[in-house]
Amino acid sequence: MEAMQYETRQTKAWVIVPMLVIFLVFATLPLWIKHVGLYEYLAVEVLIWIIFAMGFNLLLGYTGLPSFGHGAFFGIGAYAFGLAQFNVWPNLWFCLAAAAIVTALIGGISALLLSHRRGIYFALMSIAIGQIFYFIASKWTNVTGGEDGLLNIERLPVEFGIVSFATKPNMGLYYLAYALFVIITILLWRLTNSPYGRVLRAIKQNEMRVRFVGYSVWFYKWSVFTLSCAVAGLAGGLFAMAQEGAYINVMSLQWSGIIVLMVLIGGGFVSFWGPLLGVVLYFVARDVLGAYTGTWLLWFGLMFVILVMFKPEGLAGFWRDTLGRKFSGEGIGAASSRSAPADAAGG
Amino acid sequence: MAIFEAQDLHKRFGDQVVLERINLSFKRGCLSGIMGPNGAGKTTCFNVLTGRYRPDRGRVVFDGEDITGMSPQAIVRKGISRSFQIMNLFDEYTALENIVIALPHVRKRGLGVWHAIDADSEAQGQAAGILERVGLKGSEHVNAKAMSYGARRALEIGVALATGPKLLFVDEPTAGLGTDAMARLAELIHELKSTTTIVMIEHDMRFLFQLADHISVIHWGQVIAEGTPAQLRENAWVQRSNLGALA
Repeated sequence: MEAMQYETRQTKAWVIVPMLVIFLVFATLPLWIKHVGLYEYLAVEVLIWIIFAMGFNLLLGYTGLPSFGHGAFFGIGAYAFGLAQFNVWPNLWFCLAAAAIVTALIGGISALLLSHRRGIYFALMSIAIGQIFYFIASKWTNVTGGEDGLLNIERLPVEFGIVSFATKPNMGLYYLAYALFVIITILLWRLTNSPYGRVLRAIKQNEMRVRFVGYSVWFYKWSVFTLSCAVAGLAGGLFAMAQEGAYINVMSLQWSGIIVLMVLIGGGFVSFWGPLLGVVLYFVARDVLGAYTGTWLLWFGLMFVILVMFKPEGLAGFWRDTLGRKFSGEGIGAASSRSAPADAAGG
Repeated sequence: MAIFEAQDLHKRFGDQVVLERINLSFKRGCLSGIMGPNGAGKTTCFNVLTGRYRPDRGRVVFDGEDITGMSPQAIVRKGISRSFQIMNLFDEYTALENIVIALPHVRKRGLGVWHAIDADSEAQGQAAGILERVGLKGSEHVNAKAMSYGARRALEIGVALATGPKLLFVDEPTAGLGTDAMARLAELIHELKSTTTIVMIEHDMRFLFQLADHISVIHWGQVIAEGTPAQLRENAWVQRSNLGALA
């Protein structure tokens, strides 16, 4: 499909103008979110899921690896955060690091099995691995709390030596999540604009050719899966704080499917910013549509079907092919996305 | 002196023997051809020699080193590269990007996250040089999938060349090409011969006999004849077969 591709030109920049605009929007979000009828906790949720989705898109959008069990790693991060807090050291940085590292380790072990697979076999195996962790979490009750989950996880304060601020109010937690969102976004942007990112995209296009120009495809798939799990674990740790508990439901197949849905609707296949758009759309739809009807997910699902039929590149693709070109001075019908600079197209 | 040798190679898929006691030797600086009818086992032979399939028995020796059973990426790093009969390009990348990613200099930076390939003037210059060499100057920024069939064939060879091979395997390079494109390809391969050892599978016998220094004939998974083009024209089996008539 002609348009199902990223802008392939790469930039040396660490920060670009669209990124600054997005950072500004999210920095001011708590100031105006109530004025549009929404609430602070929603903003916290959105940021956490954006972090998760952007890490997940390294796999799905950039490398073309359909991991359909990734919710398990988000859940593992939440449990790791809680267990580290209860059993080791109730310090925010330590617990967040534990969430990311433990999830990366478990993800790395899972990736040893997954990285030799591709396509449907990769997808099915990722579901199986996700389900294994789901059942471990549900049955290992003395560690995970089983169906009840890990309760009473504290929102630990952010401490920088003598300076600290509380995350118990949603506003405090929001700005912690925001800081991590900024860091993760910049790092992922840099990564996807590096030779490493170029190889990931090449693997998505033609895995065999990548092998025959001398790259260890297995290693790249293993490393990107592990990295994606580390980001999922970090997001999971934040989610445990937000919910003040770690629960099994996010590890279910349904939630693994929802993260795929978010990334695809947003346009993760064509833009670095696709996952962000998808997450915002999902949560706003949940709260706005959900206020009118209990069947909001049905309408959301229908929207997904229509999008796949008429604009499979998602919201980011819609932006790129209409508004983006208009702003960059091109006709809407311009033939190739190639002519838009990488910065403007957003990668 | 042989740069590459296959010794007593066997390969089977299930109960079907595809290669049986294959012995091949390719001399440094020469263009060696492999010919044979459809289904003879030529491409399987290439796949075994370049690491795509592991042989069930036998040895593959390159530059004095046993490379039997090594992965394709390890074999590429030793200095062997290949093009494919069914084209294997990065369709969403431009011609230049296809070449750049195959450069050893870029591959070594594969895990570096602080570089931007498009700002690497050394890599860009090298890649532009390779594109010029395969006749694709001016197509640097065209997407691979938007190129003509003949241009894609040339790019396929360009990608293989970009890895800096000492030995280049070329699988059916004329497949699907018209007369003009074949003439250009013959020129290109003739030019490559001066710097790189080449092994070529080819269906078009005139094309192969015109370029090759030495040819091996594979049939039913076995090498049934070998020699220079002149010797093979005298070979009884080749004369009896349709292959001889075409040459």
